[in-house]
Amino acid sequence: MTDGEALLELENVRKGYGDRVVLHDVDLTVARHDVVCLIGSSGSGKSTLLRCLNLLEQLDDGVIRFDGREITDPRVDPREVRKRIGMVFQAYNLFPHLSVLDNCTLAPRRVHGVAKAAAETRARELLAQFGLSEHVDKHPDRLSGGQQQRAALVRALCTGPEILLLDEITAALDPELVGEVLTIVRGLAEAGTTMVVATHEMSFARDVATTVCFLHEGRILEQGPPAEVLVSPREERTRQFLRRVLPSS
Amino acid sequence: MTEAWSPSARELERRGVRRRQRTQRVVTATAVTVVVLGVAGWGVTLTPGWDRFQETFLSWEDAKESFPGIRHGFWLNVKLFLICEVFILVLGLAVALARQARSAWLAPLRVVAVIYTDVFRGVPTILLVLVMALGVPALNLQGLTTDPYIWAGVALVLSYGAYVAEVFRSGIDSIHPSQVNSAAALGLSRGQAMRFVVVPQAVRRVIPPLLNDFVSLQKDTALVSVAGVFDAMFQARDYGSYHFNYTSYVVVGLFFIVLTVPLARFCDWLQRRWMERERAGAL
Repeated sequence: MTDGEALLELENVRKGYGDRVVLHDVDLTVARHDVVCLIGSSGSGKSTLLRCLNLLEQLDDGVIRFDGREITDPRVDPREVRKRIGMVFQAYNLFPHLSVLDNCTLAPRRVHGVAKAAAETRARELLAQFGLSEHVDKHPDRLSGGQQQRAALVRALCTGPEILLLDEITAALDPELVGEVLTIVRGLAEAGTTMVVATHEMSFARDVATTVCFLHEGRILEQGPPAEVLVSPREERTRQFLRRVLPSS
Repeated sequence: MTEAWSPSARELERRGVRRRQRTQRVVTATAVTVVVLGVAGWGVTLTPGWDRFQETFLSWEDAKESFPGIRHGFWLNVKLFLICEVFILVLGLAVALARQARSAWLAPLRVVAVIYTDVFRGVPTILLVLVMALGVPALNLQGLTTDPYIWAGVALVLSYGAYVAEVFRSGIDSIHPSQVNSAAALGLSRGQAMRFVVVPQAVRRVIPPLLNDFVSLQKDTALVSVAGVFDAMFQARDYGSYHFNYTSYVVVGLFFIVLTVPLARFCDWLQRRWMERERAGAL
């Protein structure tokens, strides 16, 4: 657990909205180059957990450590943490008033102080790599869902984050567009990018994850390598869930 | 989910830190406010004409003496404002809808609406008040009132109607076309889509700019004084030129402020309530 490789450590994380508790006693460790997949039905707390990791939500209790430092301390500036963490949302959340290129260079230029030319070169490289060269100067709404989500991935990657949080990034896409986005994420995983991924794509979790966590009603009921959790789960709840999402097995 | 939960020691410590940070912010804010306002106030009293100014603009005696007259006149402003506001909203929305109409039969209406907004937004309100309140009665029209108070009100309605029409129009334009499409898909006519889907959303969105126009209208009711209507402004000017003391202007100013501030707070509250209901925690 604490072998010094851990990039992100969660201990007894608890989060509620009013009387409704969304996360109970969540413990999780993410080492560098891990790909942790969070699975579970809607409302199980996957998104909330991701939002807690980059301090978009304030915890009710528990501790999150990032690179050995407690980031849930109120004296920590959340922006310092978010600078090092990338996030991609289900609904892309690209800025509609900026071109794709400007979406991608906004944070590098304004937050990280990269010069305009350097930021644009880097963004163009990544956009080209993700097959978006011809859409660089378009506004996001002119693009298809898959293209928008790829652009959103580039936007998150342009700042060179140490960890990437992906919140059901294919959930809003047509089935034939899911592949083009997941291929990219697979590529990132192979390149050693540390990621925490909330997903409904079981085949993706099976192939790419180093750890799969099954969330149910705000608790991590079961976690382990995909070969265990997805193939021979310990918990009955996990089996039920998998039967519903994997009709073939 | 009502299991017992007591915050950990770490969480309690964090709450302590947050509390201290909050206190610190409050203390800083208070200190900065006091210092800035204090220095500004002190600076004003250092000006060479401060004593003269105090005598002519801040005389307690004159304030007391001019107060009843101004209060009496102010009723006229309030009544004018309340009555005009209703007509302005109706006129503004009607003009905005006329400009949005796509039916071929309504084309002349659209043209009239465009000309109306262009002309009446372009003419200074004070000019409009003078022309309407002094000019129209001079026409000796049979059966129409010659009361300058009424015609000054009409001038305000026409002037502000044009502004408010543009506010409504921008609100209507800001509603995403997908809303009209989904209304059409349910079989609603274009008019019904406007009535039940677009306009209700647009109105919420334009509440802040509308409020802005109404605060402005409240002040501009003072323009009727140029047409010889005995409103608060007229009373104040009357008092001022009679006693060679302008404290009455300060009193009028306070009257207008006291009227507009609660309205602004009320609209803020209304807006927040709508937002909370529609977003319901979703981000």
